[in-house]
Amino acid sequence: MRTGNGGRVDRSRRINFSFDGRAYQGCAGDTLASALLANGVHLVGRSFKYHRPRGFVAAGSEEPNALVDIDRGNGRSAPNLRATQVELYEGLVAKSQNRWPSLAFDLQALNDLAPAGLFGAGFYYKTFMSPRGAWHRLYEPFIRRVAGLGHAPKLPDPDHYSQRYAHCDVLVVGAGATGLAAALAAGETGAAVILADEQAEMGGGLLDERTASIDGLSAANWVGATLARLAAMPNVTLLPRTQAFGYYAQNFLGLAEKLTEHLAAPDKSQPRERLWKVRARQVLLATGAIERPLVFPDNDRPGVMLASAARTFANRYGVRPGERAVVFVADDTGYGAALDLHAAGTEIAVIADLRTAPSGPGFEAASGTGLRIMPATVVTGVSGNLRVSGVTLGSLAADGTVRGGEKIVCDLVLMAGGWTPAVHLFSQSRGKLAYDSERQIYLPGTYAQAAQSAGACNGTFELAQAIAEGHAAGAVAVGTPGTRSFAVTGAIAPAGGFHGAVPHDRNPEQVKAFVDFQNDVTAKDIKLAVREGMHSIEHIKRYTTTGMATDQGKTSNMNGLAIASAALDKPIPDIGLTTFRPPFTPVTFGTLAGHSRGALLDPVRQTPMHGWAAANGAKFEDVGQWKRAWYFPKPGEDMHAAVNRECRAARSAAGLFDATTLGKIEIVGPDAAEFMERLYTNPWHKLGIGRCRYGLMLNEAGFVMDDGVIGRLAADSFHVTTTTGGATRVLAHMEDYLQTEFPELKVWLTSTTEQWAVIAIQGPKAREIIAPLVEGIDLAAETMPHMSVREGSICGVPTRLFRVSFTGELGFEINVPADHGRAVWEAVHEAGVPHGLTPYGTETMHVLRAEKGYIIVGQETDGTVTPSDLGLDWAIGKAKKDFVGKRSLKRPDLVKTDRKHLVGLLTADPKVVLEEGAQITVEASPATGTPALGHVTSSYWSETLGRSIAMALVAGGKGRMGATLHVPMPDGGIAVTVTEPVFFDKEGGRINA
Amino acid sequence: MLLIRCPYCEMERPELEFRYGGEAHVVRAAEPETIGDEAWGQFLYLRSNPKGLHAERWRHTNGCGRFFNCLRDTVTDRIFVTYKAGEPRPELAS
Ligand SMILES: [Zn+2]
Repeated sequence: MRTGNGGRVDRSRRINFSFDGRAYQGCAGDTLASALLANGVHLVGRSFKYHRPRGFVAAGSEEPNALVDIDRGNGRSAPNLRATQVELYEGLVAKSQNRWPSLAFDLQALNDLAPAGLFGAGFYYKTFMSPRGAWHRLYEPFIRRVAGLGHAPKLPDPDHYSQRYAHCDVLVVGAGATGLAAALAAGETGAAVILADEQAEMGGGLLDERTASIDGLSAANWVGATLARLAAMPNVTLLPRTQAFGYYAQNFLGLAEKLTEHLAAPDKSQPRERLWKVRARQVLLATGAIERPLVFPDNDRPGVMLASAARTFANRYGVRPGERAVVFVADDTGYGAALDLHAAGTEIAVIADLRTAPSGPGFEAASGTGLRIMPATVVTGVSGNLRVSGVTLGSLAADGTVRGGEKIVCDLVLMAGGWTPAVHLFSQSRGKLAYDSERQIYLPGTYAQAAQSAGACNGTFELAQAIAEGHAAGAVAVGTPGTRSFAVTGAIAPAGGFHGAVPHDRNPEQVKAFVDFQNDVTAKDIKLAVREGMHSIEHIKRYTTTGMATDQGKTSNMNGLAIASAALDKPIPDIGLTTFRPPFTPVTFGTLAGHSRGALLDPVRQTPMHGWAAANGAKFEDVGQWKRAWYFPKPGEDMHAAVNRECRAARSAAGLFDATTLGKIEIVGPDAAEFMERLYTNPWHKLGIGRCRYGLMLNEAGFVMDDGVIGRLAADSFHVTTTTGGATRVLAHMEDYLQTEFPELKVWLTSTTEQWAVIAIQGPKAREIIAPLVEGIDLAAETMPHMSVREGSICGVPTRLFRVSFTGELGFEINVPADHGRAVWEAVHEAGVPHGLTPYGTETMHVLRAEKGYIIVGQETDGTVTPSDLGLDWAIGKAKKDFVGKRSLKRPDLVKTDRKHLVGLLTADPKVVLEEGAQITVEASPATGTPALGHVTSSYWSETLGRSIAMALVAGGKGRMGATLHVPMPDGGIAVTVTEPVFFDKEGGRINA
Repeated sequence: MLLIRCPYCEMERPELEFRYGGEAHVVRAAEPETIGDEAWGQFLYLRSNPKGLHAERWRHTNGCGRFFNCLRDTVTDRIFVTYKAGEPRPELAS
């Protein structure tokens, strides 16, 4: 089917490729689509719901049917690629999708014969509703199998992807005639111009022209000359194979550039795609227009395609898509396509024009060439299953009725339904579209950003006008308005067009006339949706799925609107327009992720002691971005054994724990105490210098937000600690109040989280171990009691030494400058080993604190928990006039007695450890639907107590002490007794030792 | 991604440097204890959420760290003006 000459392919360079396992040859310069058509292959896919055989409809990015999977092996595969956009390379392996077992014989094509309505409008909502539970067992797997598109690759993507920012004076989207002229006008002034085009070769529709000339040059030569001029301008960046897929606020656009997809053997050091994040002073949209299919019965048979597509295949790729064509036109450009195919050697059986009295240059030329033209004629049916074998024509009367007519044998049917301006990016930019009722098209109306549209996307279809408009817009964009005219000959401009369903004489219940090929939506579906009460186009879209998925309504939008408009008997603009959303065409996840994959996805934070912990066998857990030592197993120990050993050591001798990740904020200034007073629930004015206090922070709604021990270093200086995860949030919260509510306070806040390494030593021997290392601080219990802070030195390094405990044991937290952290840690460890000092991780920390009933914000709390719920009323300064959250604590909902309270739970069987998150009920086996009283927040095996312990939030928990409740699990309820949430050393003798 | 002019740094910087801070000019009462439950609940939870012009707080988190206010159109994302915390909401020339 290759023509003898012409087009932009190199017939002397043969390219081998395969499709569905069969070997073919194409030419250099082919797309997969043109190469398949050159081999006579039209059948390339099966439709989404009905599994009807499908062929090529279009030749570019609007192709709805020909989605293929390209596999280069080793994880280099990509699904849902449009064969019309896949450039052919040696060895290309392509597979069709959505068929089983094969394209030509697809068992699920039985769906096509399914009772009317099974797959009709709203089938998602109707067919699969009952019986209950069947969705997961039956329907979803079924739909996945029959209605799947491509398959996601199973191996990790071995390629890398790049991203970059770019700034320019003018970004021109689309390098057809209009875009080229615009780039030229802007570029000639020296302005920084980026010209992006989705195709491999710039030139757009000009590359499809056989007879057009511009300023005396053939269209193709004019493209070549213009590109040469642009390429010679250092201020102009040309980006072919680059899709402008998203238009965001303030002229920020996302461009996806394909770099290696077209190469047979890509250099592995090259990125596969590049994401351009462009900020443009001016955006110039020259995105062209998309031809509309005509909606007639069986318009989806392989061999039925857009007239413009056939023209592209013939003129640009030198491929005859059929031997004998019926051309169904409602727009003059159909005549141009007929003439071009005729010139390429395809017999034109007939041109059926829906219009009563066609006229114009296209009509004249076709008549003059002797082509048979039938006015007021429609196609009412198509024969052939895997490929068109003929059509039935009907004559259209003035009253809209159709009388059956001639059958014509053909293997190709062209549709010329008119042109829809591609306003997708304009619409994404939040510009308002305006409806041109004369031509029944939506055009750019009010702009929301610094942008212009020119050419076909602006409704300027005539070539000379479009080029001039592009040139003028380019000049305006750089602030040097001016006009230039271009002499064009031999081009046929769009005129005419049709919207909606073409009338026919068939039984409407028995035919399928497709509006949306990709989503398998017919004219009947849209009418049904309207009958069932969907009166807004947004509802119709969702009910029928028209215009959804990767297609985004490129070919279907206006026909769908027109059919809905007719069914509702309302003008098109009255039923609205669905929102165009990015991306214009699908963008790979790789491109969006760029280098943010694997180790580069998120920063990793390590403490100064990380290397020691790793060398000593620690297992780590992720806490936010931090890597924290989780436990230190000895050879042969599992986690349980290691944690039990670590707990025993801390309770009997001493444990060593890396607490560096705690957030730390230095609060300094004459009003520091007053600021603390307002941000924390506790009183601070009277806290002595050198003393510490447990601080509780609420949000304004009265819910616990953070907690931590705070030391007063001087009258005007506090050392605040926060939870590991809360550090950033707490500082932002403090800054917020300081800057916006209490700007009169003289206070300065500094994050010191990473300045201090924190070594916690906890246990009865803690003091004894560190005493020989500490200078300038009297550690005696009387002079340095629990909850105090001193400054001095340890191992010769300055320290802020806190006597605090999160374990219930005598303990210290040694703060030293981060650079000295590891050396001091090692010195303390060495000094402690003879005493039984044992390093422990976060798991042991959790167990030890739970034995004492100490909460962890974010584990015992979830943003709806008050201090009173936690039994922390003692931490509230009752005499204080105000603090953040105070007023809210009196809100009616926050003083209810049946709120969830923090309690302890002891299982009847001490060996049973509850699951955290498990629900709590009164009954052991409650009836389905019984609301839970609460849930388990923390649960551990306590080695110290020789039994399990748990904490929980339970409705009215304070009033349930001693009661038996249940934790229902799949194999039966677990009986638990409600207790106070403190399990060990309630008197606190150990902590004050 | 928005470009936002920080009124303290006096330059346009990318949105990545900022953090959104909710509606502006929601004033915390000087004496919260004197506010009734209904009014306090509204202060905590009810926001105007307009379609169109919105006065909102932003913080130049990864810059100068300052909070400021901004008039933005929630439909187009167009930012009309940014101004320092504590300053009154500017009147826009129509
Ligand atoms: Zn700033």
